[in-house]
Amino acid sequence: MENSPLVLEAREVSVTYPNGNTALRDASFRLEGGTICALVGVNGSGKSTLFKALMGFVKPVHGWVKVNGDSIRNAQKRSWVAYVPQAEDVDWTFPVSIHDVAMMGRYGHMGLMRIPRAADREAVRVALERVGLWELRDRQIGELSGGQKKRAFVARAIAQGGRIILLDEPFTGVDARTEADIITLLQELRSAGSLILVSTHNLGSVPEFCDRVVLVNRTVLACGPTEEVFTPENLISAFGGVLRQFRMDSSTIQDHDGQSVTVLTDDERPLVLGKKGHIEYLDRTGREALISEREKEEQK
Amino acid sequence: MNWLTPFQYDFLLTAMWTSALIGCVCGLLSGFVTLKGWSLMGDALSHAVVPGVTLAYLAGWPFSVGAFASGLLAAGAMAFVKVKTPVREDAVIGIVFTAFFALGLLLISIFPTRMNLKIIVFGNILGIAVEDILQLAIISVVCLTVIVLKWRDLMLFCFDSNHARALGLPVMWLHVLLLMLLSATAVAALQAVGACLVVAMLVIPGATAYLLTDRFGWMLIIGALFGTLTGFIGAYASYFIDGQTGGCIVTLQAALFVIALVFAPKHGLIATRRARA
Repeated sequence: MENSPLVLEAREVSVTYPNGNTALRDASFRLEGGTICALVGVNGSGKSTLFKALMGFVKPVHGWVKVNGDSIRNAQKRSWVAYVPQAEDVDWTFPVSIHDVAMMGRYGHMGLMRIPRAADREAVRVALERVGLWELRDRQIGELSGGQKKRAFVARAIAQGGRIILLDEPFTGVDARTEADIITLLQELRSAGSLILVSTHNLGSVPEFCDRVVLVNRTVLACGPTEEVFTPENLISAFGGVLRQFRMDSSTIQDHDGQSVTVLTDDERPLVLGKKGHIEYLDRTGREALISEREKEEQK
Repeated sequence: MNWLTPFQYDFLLTAMWTSALIGCVCGLLSGFVTLKGWSLMGDALSHAVVPGVTLAYLAGWPFSVGAFASGLLAAGAMAFVKVKTPVREDAVIGIVFTAFFALGLLLISIFPTRMNLKIIVFGNILGIAVEDILQLAIISVVCLTVIVLKWRDLMLFCFDSNHARALGLPVMWLHVLLLMLLSATAVAALQAVGACLVVAMLVIPGATAYLLTDRFGWMLIIGALFGTLTGFIGAYASYFIDGQTGGCIVTLQAALFVIALVFAPKHGLIATRRARA
């Protein structure tokens, strides 16, 4: 069980809150381990409800969520479900150190009184060294920079040994460097076979590190590889009129600009789509296959 | 004046050690109360137990049973109103606890018992009856045991209940457990300092400890020591200055809080001013 490949499946999940509001209807998708998947949707799209349903925080009135064919509850008991909260949901004045926070990941492995054993201390040390916070382990969490704060909670998920790691808006309020660091960490966890789910409204960063996308608007509109899901049609049906668009062909950009248009934004990465609606990436290196494929299309 | 005189009177000796014990439990719990933001809840429960205490005396039951039931009923009523209406939480707490307290006052005035208004408001640690001491001791020992066994789970619940839930911990149950501990200690503290001052016993030790340390475990230990010492010394001092016990204990606590506020090594006013300069 421990080594079998991970499968997370949601089938026709509907969630209705006590006030009668149905936040999610018939949401279905299937994801496997070794994946970084983005959960994309606007506020009020049912994105956070889906997030809660995946963690077992809300019970679907209809449908189910299963991990390797077993209930979410049992996955929780095995410490498989790890959660990295949004920065604004954490009480940073709480009197706990980085080490304490990482140790909280080990609760599921401890006895009734949660007294840490040698294995727990070792797991915490390894996790903190991995995120580069071992030297700062005795700092109170409020005394850290934005990036360190985020990494402390990623360390908790690592110490926990979580196989499904859910991150809620991990890039809100962190600088570009931290964003890159966290992405590297998530890619390492993906290589180890974990399933990483990132809830985000930051469209531009998604193609850079997520191989799959679940697009949410009251239900799951689309689920699949990022290139297939991130089409202009899908994004418009998910976001409606919320997205600001900059269309090159109707803009003042002319032929003499060639390919050298620089796109700047203040805090979020822009999502750039090419002529036929395909995704443009930040960096050419590592995407040689894609470029040559597109060149062939050009020549036809 | 003989400093040892209070130790020669049984009723004073009893008052000192029961105040110390109650102070210890309240101080320990106050770490959770202050960090969870339940100060108002503590105040509410200490008032909401009054009708239960009165009814228990009328029926001849142990007062703690009635008080406990009444406190939990109030907590349940608050949860119910909060879920079913858009009224804000602080307003809900305000409505429910004053309603319970008013009912308690009404019952006391209609059916006079051993539990009179003066005891409710000021506490009765100097005239406490033997069977009441037994109840206090049982409440305190049970609460202490539960906290010692479960403080890490309760800490996680206060700090990050979503993570606790993701680990499959029974979060609802932890919530109820903390409410039950709060009700039980409110009942005990009611005897020591009276309904109006219970909230002080449940907040000041934790708040003082919070200024002195950055670690939750130490915060609990400091809070418990703080509560024990102020309970003991407050009761002892009340003999010499012939003052009301609850007033002595809480004034002492408040004075120590002010000292910590000014002189705490890291979070005190002087230290933060120096750090800014």
